[in-house]
Amino acid sequence: MRLRQRFYLVEVLVGLRVTAAHFFVNLGRHTAHYVFGRKDARGAVTVQYPEERRPYSLRLRSLHRLVRREDGSPRCVACMMCETVCPAHCIYIVAAEHPNPEIEKYPARFDIDLGKCVFCGYCVEACPEDAIRMDTGILEFSSYSRRGMIYTKETLLALEPAGPDGTPRSPIPIPADRTP
Amino acid sequence: MPKLTIDGKEIEAPAGTNLIEAARRLGIEIPHYCYHPGLSIAGQCRLCMVEIGNNPRPQIACNIQVAEGMVVRTETAKVLATRQSIMEFHLINHPLDCPVCDQAGECWLQIYYMKHGLYEPRMMDEKVHKPKAVPLGPHVILDAERCILCSRCVRFCDEITGTGELGIFQRGDHSEIGLFPGRELSNPYSANVIDICPVGALTDRDFRFAVRVWYLETAKSICPGCSRGCNIEVHYNLRRPHHNQGRRVARLKPRYNREVNRWWICDAGRYGYKFVDDPSRLLLPARRADTQADEVVWEEIIPLVAARLSAYRPEEIGVLASPQMANEDLFLLRRLVDHLGIPNVDFRVPSRASGDEDRILIKADKNPNTRGAELIGLGPRPGGLDARGVLRAARERRIKCLWVLHHDLLLSAWPEEETREALRALDCLIFQGSNANGVSPSAHYVLPSATWVEREGTFANFEGRVQRFWKAVEPVGAALPDWEIIGRIGEALGMGPLPATAEAIFKALAAEVIAFRGLSYRELRDAGKPVASS
Repeated sequence: MRLRQRFYLVEVLVGLRVTAAHFFVNLGRHTAHYVFGRKDARGAVTVQYPEERRPYSLRLRSLHRLVRREDGSPRCVACMMCETVCPAHCIYIVAAEHPNPEIEKYPARFDIDLGKCVFCGYCVEACPEDAIRMDTGILEFSSYSRRGMIYTKETLLALEPAGPDGTPRSPIPIPADRTP
Repeated sequence: MPKLTIDGKEIEAPAGTNLIEAARRLGIEIPHYCYHPGLSIAGQCRLCMVEIGNNPRPQIACNIQVAEGMVVRTETAKVLATRQSIMEFHLINHPLDCPVCDQAGECWLQIYYMKHGLYEPRMMDEKVHKPKAVPLGPHVILDAERCILCSRCVRFCDEITGTGELGIFQRGDHSEIGLFPGRELSNPYSANVIDICPVGALTDRDFRFAVRVWYLETAKSICPGCSRGCNIEVHYNLRRPHHNQGRRVARLKPRYNREVNRWWICDAGRYGYKFVDDPSRLLLPARRADTQADEVVWEEIIPLVAARLSAYRPEEIGVLASPQMANEDLFLLRRLVDHLGIPNVDFRVPSRASGDEDRILIKADKNPNTRGAELIGLGPRPGGLDARGVLRAARERRIKCLWVLHHDLLLSAWPEEETREALRALDCLIFQGSNANGVSPSAHYVLPSATWVEREGTFANFEGRVQRFWKAVEPVGAALPDWEIIGRIGEALGMGPLPATAEAIFKALAAEVIAFRGLSYRELRDAGKPVASS
C-alpha cells in the first residue's frame, strides 16, 4: 500500500466524490425529466422490493405448477418425458394405474426438488400433455432444509398461473419445515 | 446353394431361406412386423416389400425364398414409397398413446415411423375405438387399439404352445385380437407374446408402468429357474432408484440361443427373479450366541467359521452344497472339502413340491446347475453320508457341525419335524445363502451370498452345456459371491490364496475336472459350450 492510501482520509474523499457525482447527475436527470419535460432523460430509480415490484416478463420461468383436469386431477399421465429430459435430475415421478382406461396412467407421486432445479424449462417443452408449466410468477421459495425444497404433487397442483403483469396469484408454498 | 444379389451384394444362402433372413446375413435390415423366424409366415403386415428383378410390383420378402440369380433391391424409391404408404395404413387407427404406452422406446411402430413414416397425417376421420387395458391372463394385458394385427401372438399360441387361446375377431378395421370365449391366456409360456408383439398391444402386467425402458440397462445371463438354462437378458434400473419400488432388477427377457431356448422362456423363469430385491435378503454376516444374532464383518466371521470347521473331526462335519450354485463355487467347495477330508458331502436335496415338466422348455429339476454339481463331484465321498444320512446322523449327534449352502431343508421332501430335530441337535450350524429361509434363523453363523445377477459365473444345464452369466448389479449389503466366501474360508484354513476372479477358478476347474477339459471361460462366449461327452 502506498503512503497516500495508508491515510484513509484521501481515499474517503475520493469515494465521496464518486457518490456525489452520481447524486448530482441523477438529480439533474430527474429535474430534466420532471421539470423541463425532457422525457428521454432517465435518472436511476430504486424499487422498494419486496413491497414494490416491477412487472415480470411473460416468458419468465418461475415456480412450476401441475395443470389440472376439470375434475381437479392432474393432467399429467406420468410418461416421464420431463423426468427424462431434466438435466438436473430433479423430477421424481412414480406412475400408477388410472381407473379410466382412456387415461390409463397418472402420477402417484410427482416431486420436484427445487434445490436441484436449474429452471431451464425443458420439462415444459417436453411435456406432451401440457401438464407442467412454469408460469406461477413465484420466485421466492426457501427452506431451512434440503428436504423442504422438495415440492410435492399436491403443492404443485394447487398453484395458479400468474396474473397478466406476472404477479403471482397463488401464495408462495410454505415448506413443511417452516412456519409462516 | 442358390446365389443371389441383394442391394448389389452377392450372397449364397441355403434353399428355403427367405429374403428377410438372407438380407439379415448381409447386415441389411428389411423392416417387418408379422414375420418372426420362430413362427410360420403370415404375410399380414406387408411392410417387408422389396423389388425383385424386373417384376413390376414390389413383393413381400418374408414369403419369397432365395433363388439362383435373383436380384433383390430393398432401398429403391418404389420400395420406400410403398413402406411409407404401408406405415400410413398401419397408423390410421393407431392411437397417439406413446406417452402412456409401456412399449414406447422399444416399439417397432415408433422405430419404423421415424425411419419411413409420413410425418404429415392425412387422416381426417375419427379413429376406431377398441377395448383398452384388458387383462388377457395373469401376465399379459391387451390394448386392442394399439394392435396392428400382425398375428404373431395368435401364431405363437397355435404353433409353439399349441394352446390356441387367441384369435382375430370382427372384420375390416374393426378386427381385433381377443380370447376365445371362456379362455384365458394362462399357458406356461404366455408372456412370450409380449416379447414378440412388435407394438404396445400386448404388454407385461408385472412390468406395467414400473420403469420406462430407456432407463434400463442389460446384462446377459442364464435363467436359474430350472435345469434347461435358458439364455436371458437381465434388465435392471439403477438410474432412477425411486422407480419400481426401489427394486433394481425390473424384468428378464429371453435371449436367443439356437441350442437351448431359441427365442422363448417360460413364465416361471421370467418372473422368478423377485428374490433378488426381496426384503428377505441377508445383508450382513451374522453370528448367533444363544438367541441373540450379532451382525459382524467378514474379517471377523471368516476366522470364526474356519476355526469351527477345523475344531471337529472331518467325519463330524456335513456339507450340503447346492445345485443353485455356479460351477466356480462348487469347484472351490470341493477343493475345500477335500482339503479338510470331509466325507459327508452332498448336493441332492429332493424338494417337497414335485416339479412340472413339458416338452418345450420346462424341466422338472428346478436347479440350474445339477449337472455341474454332478460333474464336479459333490456327492458323498467313499464312506461318507448323503444329505438324508447327514441329517439322520445329526439327530444321533454323530454329525456335530453342518454347513448348509442355499438349501431350505424345511421345504425338502423329508419330514419337517425330523429336519428341525436334526438342526436343533447340531453343535454348530453354518448357513450360507442369499435370502433368509427356514434354516437361516437357527444358524449359528450366517454368511450372506450374492445372487446370480450380482456376480458372474457358469452353469451347466441338463445336457451338460456350460453357459456363462454376467454381473448386472452390485451385491446388496456385504453379500459376496459364494466362491469368494468359500475361498476366504479356505484361505484361512490354509488351502491356498483366494483366486482373484471367477475366470481364474474356471481355468483351474477346466484343468482339473475331466468333463470341463478344453473349455475356456472366454471361449464360452454368449452361447456356451457342451462339456466333453463322458
